Amino acid sequence: MIEGILVEGLIYGILALGVFITFRILDFPDLTVDGSFPLGAAVMVKCLLTGIPLWISFIIVFICGGIAGSITAIIHNKLKVPSLLASILTMLMLYSINMRILKAPFVSLNKISTLLTKFSTLITPVTTDRAVSYLLIFILIVTVLIIILNNFFHTDLGLALGALGDNEQMIISQGMNPEHLKIIGLALSNGLVAIAGSFIAQYQKFSDINMGIGVVIIGLASVMIGELVVKSNKIIFLLSRVILGAIIYRGILFLSRPLLIYPTDHKLFTGILIIIILAVTALKKKGSSNG
Amino acid sequence: MVKLKNINKIFNINTINENHVLKNINLEVNKGDFITIIGSNGAGKSTLFNAISGNQPLTSGEIFLNSNNITFVKEHLRSKYIGRIFQNPLLGTAGKMTLEDNMIITRSKGFKKLKISLNNKIRNEFKEKLKILDMDLENRLKDNVGQFSGGQRQALTLLMMVLSNPELVLLDEHTAALDPRNAQKVLDLTAKFIDEYSLTAMMITHNMEHAIKYGNRLLMMDKGEIILDISGQEKSNLTVEELIQKFHDIRSENFINDETLLS
Repeated sequence: MIEGILVEGLIYGILALGVFITFRILDFPDLTVDGSFPLGAAVMVKCLLTGIPLWISFIIVFICGGIAGSITAIIHNKLKVPSLLASILTMLMLYSINMRILKAPFVSLNKISTLLTKFSTLITPVTTDRAVSYLLIFILIVTVLIIILNNFFHTDLGLALGALGDNEQMIISQGMNPEHLKIIGLALSNGLVAIAGSFIAQYQKFSDINMGIGVVIIGLASVMIGELVVKSNKIIFLLSRVILGAIIYRGILFLSRPLLIYPTDHKLFTGILIIIILAVTALKKKGSSNG
Repeated sequence: MVKLKNINKIFNINTINENHVLKNINLEVNKGDFITIIGSNGAGKSTLFNAISGNQPLTSGEIFLNSNNITFVKEHLRSKYIGRIFQNPLLGTAGKMTLEDNMIITRSKGFKKLKISLNNKIRNEFKEKLKILDMDLENRLKDNVGQFSGGQRQALTLLMMVLSNPELVLLDEHTAALDPRNAQKVLDLTAKFIDEYSLTAMMITHNMEHAIKYGNRLLMMDKGEIILDISGQEKSNLTVEELIQKFHDIRSENFINDETLLS
């Protein structure tokens, strides 16, 4: 239960933070996520199997995700293609690249030491419960990430990214090139998504070529649930509610398990869930505009 | 200051919908000029601004700013020297962000750095500047700009633009979307700022009284050409009736020309 809801919620929360940056802050619907998530997993598995030190592996994962995001931004900028098409192209190409990295559709991390196994051994004096130790490390990681992102979005550059999603003409009028800002934003978002993918690989102890299918929707569902629960215009709350949304989403999925007979049912369920959230949001808007 | 040389802009060139919007325009804007521009719909006023600001490429011709050729300079680079305010008050500010965040972004032009500039000292600076507007915005730094009225947003855009020290100001019917009271307020602020900061400005308006009342020079555009350029004493003595008369004189002359061509 702790693992199913809280730990997975926190890991997918990192993914949802990436989705939040593109969909909400930049107003750039980005499907690259479906490719950069398994890319992060594949790169991490490859690094660990090669024996590259953990901290360097994380940097490599982030950079790889960042490059994937940048490619989407460059396709969009230079060819004037809509964001969805540009990101679908990158996503498609990443499938082949992920396969080339892994050299197999499924690669196991069994008996390989990861950040999670290391942390578990480290805190054995405190707790021997695997679930608790996972929970602790992900609370730590997510908190640090939120603090970093919160500071980033308070910098002049971070504020400019926010303004870009709100009003692109304003950015141009202020002498900034929106193309550069889009590259920065997408690189950051997909870097985070790749990090989330690398954590899932370490958590599940394997990387699967198909693990990315539909994750952008999981991220989006988390973002939207968060928006239903918490209202604010402060970036720290906007970031935190994404994590909260991801945990609630896992909770809903967990509780609805009796309904989901086939293991693939959760995609139908997620789709219906998003439709319900959209309907609720639309109704709320209607209500508030009527009075 | 700003020099336009044989500017042409043709939309849908070589198609059945070809539209020659700017026809061989030559214009020299002097430093300190406050030019008002009038003309009917489709006269090419906004296209002229788009050409100067770099929003749309020219079909032919050259643009100079302080004797630098800026014809091929991109819009976001030109906007470091050219400030522009649109008719739509929503285009100048980011509605989903707070007032102080908006002001941080417009505080300096060009690429933003990875540092946090907002602090209490800067907030006090902002408050001082906002007091000039006399709209009680100085007490609403933490409110989202989306909650402000169109007039407040346009006044804010104007203030932030003026503070960025532009060499040339382009005002594209910036009061047309506001209610009369706010429109007058924004217009008064505009005139005040242009005077106080000795700005060079061009203002498109649909209101002939405003075109006569404000500025030192008046341009009338029609069908892609500047058909009238009045300045100095002649402009200050101008009345709306005279302006309409002048317009009719030139228009009917054109009309006769067209007729003679056709016959």
